[in-house]
Amino acid sequence: MIQMFNVSKIYNNGVKALNDVTLHIKKGEFVFLVGPSGAGKSTLTKLICREEMPSRGQVVINGRSLARMKSREVPFLRRKIGMVFQDFRLIPTKTVFENVAFALEITGASNKEIKKVVPMVLRMVGLEKKANMLPAHLSGGEQQRTSVARAIVNNPILLLADEPTGNLDPDNSWELMKLFLDINRRGTTIVMATHAWDIVDEMKRRVIALSNGTVIRDEEGGVYGYES
Amino acid sequence: MNLNVIRYYFREAVRSIIRNSWLSAASVGTIIISLLILGSTVLLVMNVRYVASSVESSLEITVFLKDDVDEQSLARMEEQIKFVPGVSSVEFISKEQALADLKESFGDKADILSGLEQDNPLPNSFRIKTTSAGLVPEAARQLEKLDGVEQVRYGQGVVEKLLSLTHWVRIWGSLTIVVLGVAAIFLIATTIRMSVFARRREIGIMKMLGATNLFVRMPFMLEGMMLGSAGGLVAVLIINFSYLSLLNKVIVTLPFIRLVDDPVTIYQVLGGLLGLGFAIGALGSAISLRRFLKV
Repeated sequence: MIQMFNVSKIYNNGVKALNDVTLHIKKGEFVFLVGPSGAGKSTLTKLICREEMPSRGQVVINGRSLARMKSREVPFLRRKIGMVFQDFRLIPTKTVFENVAFALEITGASNKEIKKVVPMVLRMVGLEKKANMLPAHLSGGEQQRTSVARAIVNNPILLLADEPTGNLDPDNSWELMKLFLDINRRGTTIVMATHAWDIVDEMKRRVIALSNGTVIRDEEGGVYGYES
Repeated sequence: MNLNVIRYYFREAVRSIIRNSWLSAASVGTIIISLLILGSTVLLVMNVRYVASSVESSLEITVFLKDDVDEQSLARMEEQIKFVPGVSSVEFISKEQALADLKESFGDKADILSGLEQDNPLPNSFRIKTTSAGLVPEAARQLEKLDGVEQVRYGQGVVEKLLSLTHWVRIWGSLTIVVLGVAAIFLIATTIRMSVFARRREIGIMKMLGATNLFVRMPFMLEGMMLGSAGGLVAVLIINFSYLSLLNKVIVTLPFIRLVDDPVTIYQVLGGLLGLGFAIGALGSAISLRRFLKV
């Protein structure tokens, strides 16, 4: 599903973000990326959705080499990858429903399809009653669940989450993790970069630990393992 | 592309125009002014040429003859003149005829000319019409070479003046239009740039969700095209209205001047202006998107 071969990334300003990373994530896995700030977690997620290109090495998603992918094919790659961020990235002028529907509109979906699929997804994340509210009137947890709904509305093969619990209190964080588990059980691969050691320790999933741009640990059912 | 998407493009374009209403108004205004100047220049040049060609078509060459030319040579000369390239008709005007014409033009003051019959100072002449105005100077040169010709006269200067006037109108008009056109394109580009800037977060989200370049760019393209067309439309309405009222005034006050009033020609000019407004808008946004919206 995700293969990285000897990937290094050096940004134009000279920062070495990743150094010779090789890893393989299979379909249906739930993987935590852990490590201190600046370890390269965000860079890794950016390489997967081709927001950045590696300086060296190969990234292969679903059997396709991203280096050889033409730029006009990138949008179609991103439609297969749902993304969730710490800052939610919702459009403030659109309601919950419209924000989720937007991901479908972009793909050219019909009104009929939108009206069918969006309520279904909103029910799944428990926001069916808040469909017509603007993001500003929602709690952080609700906003994040809206962004998760948007991320999964196109039936992605991969859910990529960068610090999704960073702005949430523990209760909402656990709520979100239950949602992620639910999504994962339906077959969607999940890669989540996080600092939340308690979540990682509790979930007992595969943990890939990064430090200074290199993989220092990769174990199934692992723990966060850093001093916090 | 389905209806939903098209509706989305238009909705977003209109939203952007409203959000940047001042800049939008400025760019529409610039387009209006540029197209007004272009339209008036084109119409002015067209009319000057039209008037010039009607003056030209009434252009005659008068060939004054020496007094010592006899009847026989007159007949021969008439034949020779007919063979000069560009000559369509020749009419002989005798001294007597010329005097009679002159008297007629003096009307009731004709008596000041009395007594001239005995010693008529007017020469015999040929009045020559040409097939086309452009051939007049060359034909006149040929006629001067004939034996027995005293002097050749035609409307020297009139045509040249009219044509040189259109020449300068065209040069200054084109210069103004180029400067204003560039300003209009630049203003549109700035407007679009502001729209892109105002929505950069949203654009980032769209790219994250997998929007194609076309999907991201189309609302901005449309915004420029709408601004350009709006400017074109206003300019066309103003020109159409004022030109028609000018035509009506001229018909009443200066009936001997004929202006271009063929509706097909006028609509061609107006259609061209509208198309140009649209093109300016499209070009302005294309430039801006190329520079500020790398996707």
